[in-house]
Amino acid sequence: MGEEFKVGCARPTGGPVGEPEKKDEGVKQKEVITKEVRSMIKVGTKAPDFTAPAYQKGKFLNIKLSEYLGKWVVLCFYPGDFTFV
Amino acid sequence: MSIDSVFVHKMWNDYELSKMVSGGVPFPMLSDAGGKVGTVYGVYDEAGGVETRGRFIIDPDGVVQGYEVLTPPVGRNVNESLRQIQAFQLVRKSKGTEATPSGWRPGKMTLKPGPDLVGKVWEVWKTDMAFD
Repeated sequence: MGEEFKVGCARPTGGPVGEPEKKDEGVKQKEVITKEVRSMIKVGTKAPDFTAPAYQKGKFLNIKLSEYLGKWVVLCFYPGDFTFV
Repeated sequence: MSIDSVFVHKMWNDYELSKMVSGGVPFPMLSDAGGKVGTVYGVYDEAGGVETRGRFIIDPDGVVQGYEVLTPPVGRNVNESLRQIQAFQLVRKSKGTEATPSGWRPGKMTLKPGPDLVGKVWEVWKTDMAFD
């Protein structure tokens, strides 16, 4: 018997259960290739934590993303200072 | 966040941005020398040695709810970012019982996904609601 589940915006879907199947020797080469591909992070997953030096209102600070837990954060990247846009 | 040092950030803020925004930039201007953070977030352009225009909305649990990435010549739309944050905050407050349809703004109707709404969205939501 199936259990009732709540629907949200995402389309309900299934997936493999349990340990992934053991793969043959070809896997090793595949893993090397995967490492070279730079993938985008996924929405709905944890934002990678980081520390970064910062300038704010006359002070230099060390900022750690995880210190902002409990707050909404907008993280913006841009090409560079003095780059017009 | 950019690959510039905090010293360049200081110069840019103190000599240019503070002339656009009174009091200067209120939030921390982060430095990502070498693009290490940008690489993890998928926005560092190794060929150019700079970050692209990535914007990530991170909720109070540290979960990425949305992002947008543009190439350097086109600027972002702050109003759209604010709209998305307001929508994510509403969804969070409703504990996922409400969803915001296309073009939603504060005050516009939300949807309550459930068995009764399947195939019936056309009755309550019209396409002109997607536009302002």
